[in-house]
Amino acid sequence: MKRISRQRPTSSAGFIYSTLALLAAMLAPAPAVAAHELRIVSVGGSITETIFALGLGDSVVGADTSSVYPEATLRLPKVGYARRLSAEGVLSLRPTRVIVSSDAGPPEALQQIRDAGIDVAVVPDEPTVAGAKAKISALGSLLKRESEGRALVERLEYDLRAAPKSVGDSSPRVLFVYARGAASMSVSGTDTAANAMIELAGAQNAITGYSGFKPLTPEAAIAAQPDVLLVLSRGLESLGGADDLFAIPGISETPAGRFRRVVAMDDLYLLGFGPRLGQAVGELGRELHTVSATTP
Amino acid sequence: MPRGLALGLSGLVVLGLVVIASLGLGAVAIPGRQVASILWSAMGGAAGAGNDVPSSMQESVLLAIRLPRVLLGGLIGATLAISGAAIQGIFRNPLADPALIGVSAGAATATALMIVVAPWFGVEGVVSQTWGLPLAGFVGGAVTTLVVVRLARREGGTVVTTMLLAGIAINALAGAATGFLVFLADDAQLRDITFWSLGSLANTTWPKVLAVLPLIGLCLIQLPRCAASLNALLLGEDEARLLGVDVEKLKRRVVLLSAMGVGAAVSVSGVIGFVGLVVPHLMRLAAGADHRILLPNAAIYGAISLLVADLLSRILAAPAELPIGTVTAAVGAPVFLWMLLRRGGGWS
Repeated sequence: MKRISRQRPTSSAGFIYSTLALLAAMLAPAPAVAAHELRIVSVGGSITETIFALGLGDSVVGADTSSVYPEATLRLPKVGYARRLSAEGVLSLRPTRVIVSSDAGPPEALQQIRDAGIDVAVVPDEPTVAGAKAKISALGSLLKRESEGRALVERLEYDLRAAPKSVGDSSPRVLFVYARGAASMSVSGTDTAANAMIELAGAQNAITGYSGFKPLTPEAAIAAQPDVLLVLSRGLESLGGADDLFAIPGISETPAGRFRRVVAMDDLYLLGFGPRLGQAVGELGRELHTVSATTP
Repeated sequence: MPRGLALGLSGLVVLGLVVIASLGLGAVAIPGRQVASILWSAMGGAAGAGNDVPSSMQESVLLAIRLPRVLLGGLIGATLAISGAAIQGIFRNPLADPALIGVSAGAATATALMIVVAPWFGVEGVVSQTWGLPLAGFVGGAVTTLVVVRLARREGGTVVTTMLLAGIAINALAGAATGFLVFLADDAQLRDITFWSLGSLANTTWPKVLAVLPLIGLCLIQLPRCAASLNALLLGEDEARLLGVDVEKLKRRVVLLSAMGVGAAVSVSGVIGFVGLVVPHLMRLAAGADHRILLPNAAIYGAISLLVADLLSRILAAPAELPIGTVTAAVGAPVFLWMLLRRGGGWS
């Protein structure tokens, strides 16, 4: 296949030739896989991250689009969006194990993978400290890396103990803004991973009136009176930076907007509830503490 | 040999080739000999010997994933195109397609309702995704079509223009309802709705094929029997009546059969655009407006189009898959424009 892609077809005959060669390559039998080799397809950003942290990154042969950490995951073949898996696409990577988070699907695809004789393990993915530990332990025992798993859990507990218990004298009101461009922004109520992180970091969510996400409106922003905005780094990029964030109607009428207080973190780090949870809580607490002190 | 018949026969040959290619190509490589060997042993033949024996993974990919998918893809493509041809005949309007009578919009609203609201009542997971969504899609499509037909009924018959305008209004209403559900949806539900509205054959299973087969089969068998009446209708409603066609009955038959077939199709595959609009046009350009030839040819070439689109959606982004609706629209829209411009004078 590599040889073909280097050839530049210069004529229509060349094009036809290379197309036929590509078809022939697709029809050729797949190279045999050693029977004992561990080949994992991992679906779920924090699950992939945990498998890498357990020292099994070399065995991961494919992952979903949410698997973006560590950097080696970016070079893996991507099997698509976690809730829209294609059984055949997953099987084509010749996995010996498929490990998915509890919201992966659709169920038909998972069943078809099982029917092909491949073990599909569903790992719980709760956005709580207990959930993060359960996820790491489950993956540790599933992949026979129990001691590595215990070490990760201990490290997580240590990081959590080291994290600041409260942010300053009064806990700041934090508004989590989920942005995908200026036209599409939502803010988090309760029962979300963002809400859990804000509370773990010793701050309070500026919105407690509803659960889940709602679109951000100027009036809702003013009513919430956040002291600090919390955003995802990628979301901030999609807005074109902090200036555009503070230019949003309503935001400028809040303490967060007046004092230009914003904390941006990577999404898998902030919301993944994986092995880096303790570090993320500590970093969020310290960042919130630093920016809360900002006054003009 | 008349042109229409030649077109149909060559279509069948191409369809056969496309089916063979669809079975052999995909993310998992299954060489042609092994496809034959797996199918042979599945039909009760003796298993092959030697080092060419297919692996059990190849066998389950072919039998459990690709075979139902190719079968359903062909049936759905045929249904969308034949319904499009018949609906265009009824409306005597080249812009008509099955979506116009509200099937797709109604199915989309009902599906969004299932995705967003059903979890409030504890209906989710396998039950909802495997059975709830197809059922909701079909019922939603059928109910919307019945509303459109009912709105267009006046004393003395169904007014086609009213049906067209009512279809547009009901489509807008269903769009608003879907929009409201999108507003209520959380992030994951939002993506589920989006992907559904782009269509996919990825999760075809044998039970789904069997569930929709009677509805789609009835549509594919019964619609061609309306061909002679549709031909008479080409002359105008009054002329058709003079020729002895029960125009009222014809309209109701075509609309309900199309709604049934297309409703069943979208219920398992999501919305797949453009096949129902473009394929009948191409067939009309190639071999004329005689419905006795147009309808079967539309079915054959509809099946070919959707199978090719599905093959592309499986191969282009492997090991992930493109939504099939993006492929049909990306290929269908330029073809449609080319047809429009080639005609020069536009439709009249």
